[in-house]
Amino acid sequence: MLAFLVRRVIGALLILLVISAITFLLFFAVPGNEVAALSCGKSCTPALIDEIKRGLGLDQPIWQQYLTYLGGIFGGRMIGDKMCEAPCFGYSFVNRQPVFDTVVDRLPVTLSLAIGAVVLFLIFGVGLGMLAALRKGKAADKIAMGFALVGGSMQIYVLAPFFLYIFVYSSDLLPRPHYVSFFDSPLDWAGGLILPWICLALIHTAYYARLTRSSMVDVLNEDFIRTVRAKGLSTREVYVKHAFRGAMTPIATILGLDIATLFAGAIITETSFSLVGVGQLAVNSVLASDLPMMMGVVMLASSAVVVANIIVDVVYAAIDPRIKVTA
Amino acid sequence: MTILSVRDLKVHFSTEDGVVKAVDGLSFDLAKGKTLGIVGESGSGKSVSNLAILGLHNPKTTTIGGEIRFNDQQLVGASEKAMQKLRGNGISMIFQDPLTSLSPYYTVGEQIAETYRRHTGATKKKAWARAVEMLKKVGIPQPERRAKQYPHEFSGGMRQRAMIAIALCCDPALLIADEPTTALDVTVQAQILDLLRELQSEFETAIILITHDMGVVAQMADDVLVMYAGRAVERGTVREVLKTPEHPYSWGLLSSIPHLGGDVDVPLVPVRGTPPSLIDPPTGCPFNPRCDYRDRVPDSRCTTERPLLAPADGHGSACHLAAADKKLIRTDELQRLG
Amino acid sequence: MTEVAAPTKELLTASGLQMHFPVRATGLFSRKAGVVQAVDGIDLTVHEGESFGLVGESGCGKSTTGRLIARLLEPTGGSITYDGKDITHATRKQLAPIRTEIQMIFQDPYSSLNPRHTVGSIIAGPMEVNGINPPGGRQKRVQELLETVGLNPEHYNRYPHEFSGGQRQRIGIARALALQPKLIVADEPVSALDVSIQAQVVNLLQRLQRELGIAFVFIAHDLAVVRHFSQRIAVMYLGKIVEIADRADLYNNPHHPYTHALLSSVPDADPDSEKHRERIRLTGDVPSPINPPSGCRFRTRCWKAQDICASEEPPLVQLSGATEGHRAACHFPEARQVMPE
Repeated sequence: MLAFLVRRVIGALLILLVISAITFLLFFAVPGNEVAALSCGKSCTPALIDEIKRGLGLDQPIWQQYLTYLGGIFGGRMIGDKMCEAPCFGYSFVNRQPVFDTVVDRLPVTLSLAIGAVVLFLIFGVGLGMLAALRKGKAADKIAMGFALVGGSMQIYVLAPFFLYIFVYSSDLLPRPHYVSFFDSPLDWAGGLILPWICLALIHTAYYARLTRSSMVDVLNEDFIRTVRAKGLSTREVYVKHAFRGAMTPIATILGLDIATLFAGAIITETSFSLVGVGQLAVNSVLASDLPMMMGVVMLASSAVVVANIIVDVVYAAIDPRIKVTA
Repeated sequence: MTILSVRDLKVHFSTEDGVVKAVDGLSFDLAKGKTLGIVGESGSGKSVSNLAILGLHNPKTTTIGGEIRFNDQQLVGASEKAMQKLRGNGISMIFQDPLTSLSPYYTVGEQIAETYRRHTGATKKKAWARAVEMLKKVGIPQPERRAKQYPHEFSGGMRQRAMIAIALCCDPALLIADEPTTALDVTVQAQILDLLRELQSEFETAIILITHDMGVVAQMADDVLVMYAGRAVERGTVREVLKTPEHPYSWGLLSSIPHLGGDVDVPLVPVRGTPPSLIDPPTGCPFNPRCDYRDRVPDSRCTTERPLLAPADGHGSACHLAAADKKLIRTDELQRLG
Repeated sequence: MTEVAAPTKELLTASGLQMHFPVRATGLFSRKAGVVQAVDGIDLTVHEGESFGLVGESGCGKSTTGRLIARLLEPTGGSITYDGKDITHATRKQLAPIRTEIQMIFQDPYSSLNPRHTVGSIIAGPMEVNGINPPGGRQKRVQELLETVGLNPEHYNRYPHEFSGGQRQRIGIARALALQPKLIVADEPVSALDVSIQAQVVNLLQRLQRELGIAFVFIAHDLAVVRHFSQRIAVMYLGKIVEIADRADLYNNPHHPYTHALLSSVPDADPDSEKHRERIRLTGDVPSPINPPSGCRFRTRCWKAQDICASEEPPLVQLSGATEGHRAACHFPEARQVMPE
């Protein structure tokens, strides 16, 4: 298990390295003058641009710039006359703050959104799916699947204004979406995020309900379920302990992919609810051509996907003993 | 002492094409500690009738009629709760393919222990001890270590042994074995049959052995029931049915398989044609379209009147042929076969 | 009972035939590489018009051997000679004319026929692929073939699902016959069928062998069926032939302990016969072909095994006093007669 983790982490680092190289090339292959111009805005003079170029090291060949960038991540580096502490992803062109600090500052918002939504749509999606599988062909099944179909066809940018209007602007039923740290006040944290959670959950529940239903139906048709019933186990044990155990693998697979989608979708979700998370940071840094910040966000998103994949693999092995976790 | 008594059992499935009469009037008795071999081909209703005994059919599409009495308990129409109490406890079942029949997600020990706990309410520790004990009983070496392994770490023969351990852990009065050795190699099959015999004499379990293999029946069964198209066509002791079979279908089954000691120059005598549709079975005797001797019965009774298996005990067959005719035909046939 | 001496002309010869499959992984994440020694150095000869039987338990390599003989697989070692030509590593192009002469019949009559094609086009398929236009046209030939295998020639327009298991196996046989092969490799052709149907198919194959002079390699795990169908039989265990002999010799006077064990494990349909038969019960299952036992591969389950069995692999040789062509690979062969002659 440990050897497996070590191997996967090394693999993950290599993948991140490749991603960083590609994005670095894309972003910074822009001529140095233009980058420097982006960094000083309206007050640019040729002399100032030259100075910034030297300060940022933009006069050096690109591979050397990339090595400097990598070196900064692990050991910190001097940018201009300021020492940028490790892990250093450079400074924002816009607000001159270290990229890393800004991203870390925004991360809790995005994470909170994702975690809450995942918990909600797993509970409701899997629950509805189990119910539908249990009552296959009956009214409960049809209602659950009908709901799933409707929810699944929704998009966040449609649901968000609609829900905001109903629950916040016209009725005050729910607080206006905002972010309070979980560690300051768990209740406010949940209150501030409940509406986006519900919207995200509505959309994803549908999919998980259908997925759970179809994997449950598949597993229930397997021979070993007949054995489990022939052993005299209760209906609950048959469904929950045995059938659901088998149905979990496809759910874990899709969930792993969806965590990446949630991060990508954060751009739209956070904009729709005016939440100040990584998604909005991404949008703003693109609009402001804030190259170091964009790099930082991309690296964060890629790390999230890679980490999610490792977790999914570990979860697989935990669910299905036939999958061996060996190096 | 009769522990299981089945009377006029009917299992009908409703499908898009019509009602499949998978079992259509089956009766038999089984005494404590005895083995009943049920022989037949696919679609003869041998597996379906036994799933019905345990109530393991799909209740939405299946209608069950007749009577199944197990130790004075009526099983047809019994509640799911009552059936759950019985399954794995009073009546156990083992299946053909031990790989797909065991859950891949739990260790073999857990799968035995959960059955034992379910029916005895034992503590986890006691149930685990029982699991190890059962694995030892079914001849698995190093049972303590093996109990912690998953089915995929077992070989085919060991998996079937584990299935038997699950089935017998609560000391059931009846074990239904549905083609228990069909998926196994012949040398492993011999081991498993030996094991079943040993355990049967130790636990005094009654066994219903469902199989298509006449050899397995000959080795294991006390009594034999030959099924065709959802009905029993012949019943008797194993010696009666295999040595002096009465029903033309039984003749066909026996003469269509090659024997290790048989004469290789004599061709096999197959049963011609194919098994009938169970949605729209032939009128009269269901075997009549494949039977070579129906013309020997006067008044075309074979196509108009369904022959019944005499309700009395002992050797009998559901056939209109006169006893003298049967004897004559069988002697001729045996002579032809050498 | 005397057996006819094998016909003189050799049709197919395999020598030192070997098929090792690389295995990359046993689990999703492991990279452990190994080799499955599915077939590991076997010699056999099939004569024109004879039926050669291959028996053994699962994992013994009998199916792989069948596929090698039909050259559906390329062996990793040894050689195959067909009709005097070395086809061991023949290319697709070189194999084309031989493909018409060696055909296969498979076990599963449900999955070996394309459900979207009519029976007519399934049977005509081999003719189409090889550009063969029989006199009177393909359709006429298809109908002849359907008649040969005992199906209604009018049914050439139907689809496989409209037929029963036994009838589908007949369709598979008709397809194999379409090119007038000299050799048919039949891999468990009746084991998926009901007993009453098995006999129909066995009889059909037997008729084809006799009337059309087709040689068969008949692969099965059922010893009684192989005995009924094949004149010469090889017993395989873990990728090796352990014994090979004429039918009567093999079944009446087996030399290899494994053959004894196999024969004594077959349950006989006569409830009284058990008392007269020898009773050998092997322990355990067949070991993994990835890491087979050293020396004699059967030694881990053999009650006669001694030190030499682990260190030295017994060669497949004719034992003193054995009939011509009766060879066994054992250090301590059995000489008991099973049935008195």
